[in-house]
Amino acid sequence: MYVAVKGGERAIESAHAWLAEERRGDTDVAELSIAQIREQLKLSVDRVMAEGSLYDPDLAALAIKQSRGDLIEAIFLIRAYRTTLPRFGASEPVDTGAMACDRRISATFKDLPGGQVLGPTFDYTHRLLDFKLAADGDVPEAPTRESTPGDVPHVTGFLNREGLIEEAPHDDTPPPDLTREPLEMPADRALRLQALTRADEGFTLGLAYSTQRGYARNHAFVGELRIGAVAVEMDIPELGFTIEIGEITLTECETVNQFKGSKTEPPQFTRGYGLVFGQSERKAISMALVDRALRWEELGEDNVGAPAQDTEFVLYHADNIQATGFLEHIKLPHYVDFQSELELVRKLRREAGADQVQEAAE
Amino acid sequence: MKDTFDENAERKAWMGLLAKAPEGRVAALLDAAITRPEFTWLRAPEIGSAMVRGRAGGTGAPFNIGEVTVTRCALTLVSGDVGHAYIQGRRKSDAEAAALVDALMQGRNAAAVRKAVLVPLEAEQSAAKTARAEKAAATKVEFFTMARGED
Repeated sequence: MYVAVKGGERAIESAHAWLAEERRGDTDVAELSIAQIREQLKLSVDRVMAEGSLYDPDLAALAIKQSRGDLIEAIFLIRAYRTTLPRFGASEPVDTGAMACDRRISATFKDLPGGQVLGPTFDYTHRLLDFKLAADGDVPEAPTRESTPGDVPHVTGFLNREGLIEEAPHDDTPPPDLTREPLEMPADRALRLQALTRADEGFTLGLAYSTQRGYARNHAFVGELRIGAVAVEMDIPELGFTIEIGEITLTECETVNQFKGSKTEPPQFTRGYGLVFGQSERKAISMALVDRALRWEELGEDNVGAPAQDTEFVLYHADNIQATGFLEHIKLPHYVDFQSELELVRKLRREAGADQVQEAAE
Repeated sequence: MKDTFDENAERKAWMGLLAKAPEGRVAALLDAAITRPEFTWLRAPEIGSAMVRGRAGGTGAPFNIGEVTVTRCALTLVSGDVGHAYIQGRRKSDAEAAALVDALMQGRNAAAVRKAVLVPLEAEQSAAKTARAEKAAATKVEFFTMARGED
């Protein structure tokens, strides 16, 4: 427990004033605008939207500015704001097959309908600092080429035709929502996917990496990775039909995983799935790997006791706002708690005759 | 498939167009074309959210991804036509303009409003989409060790 202690008001006010000043930094340097953050730190904005569970680039940019670039603090701000919004409804499930793809690659098929589209990727850059960016930032226009209109088919669809991969059959079961009801075990896949899409990127990456290193290895290939815009459709009760209410950027990753078959399933490829707000492929791939690892039970695989197979461990520790809240609360005053601990240690030492030992030492 | 015959297809199309318009664009096009008619609010502009859903594996059971901010409103013109707007983001004045266009599209001036607002809006959105698709197309890998097999 902690108790309220009076007397800190002036100190807190001064601390906040200084925080504001430090946030602004040297006033000889131009101030950042929300639009600059939104446009030029887009991947930070995307991460804040994904883990903040709220798609609004301007709000995410504001949160990043307010938090001085501390993305977990920014996510915290977005989560707090999100709770103040009345919810008008839930969208129809987005159709990622109709995505206007900026990027679409497959690590399993070289020549596939729709082709390998690299998009604005860091891949194949040399990871050398580019000092031109420190100077004036005139950018040459990106080349263009005539595009073929039409939807880009999902790679898993090709494998499905041969029956070599498990199906993801159409289903309209309304999903549980962990932002409305507390997260409880056992968690079905819909709940796990919701928890993973808003999970901390670093935590998800670490877990995914652990599966690659052998802790519940599931031999994942990136069957397909796509980034692009999809329409968001929602049923409007007062109209009696669905309309598009907007368009969002998503990253989708489908892994194709080796599977020897089990007591209940034939030998075939299995699937892991990642779908994340914004352009966040590290997160989407990580999500797909962890999703696949967590599916051991429904696929009849052995539980080898790996962290990535432990639903409770994964889901209860993946949320960086919950984690940071509990972690950081220990820095708040615990004077009374600590006082009692102090008394206890003194008492134990008295009983053990430690006082005399210490006196002798002195 | 519930939309095999959709009597609302036209209205759905323009409402979607209005929802995705850039900030201030609908108002600018509308005000350049006509003087705004009088109206009364059925529901004053209100900011909220919609939970966006995806499907496991792209095609399986739905799950919640996260919310998106949405502004909605509804209004009635003197003619009795009712306009609704549900648009992405926190944009009350844009929602008002979108609801006005929705209402006007149901009245006598529909053709004029379509020409002045919807047609340019559609052209702009389609141009923006094409421009992006053409940049993506330029990053398509042309393997030259094998025939592509799709030409």
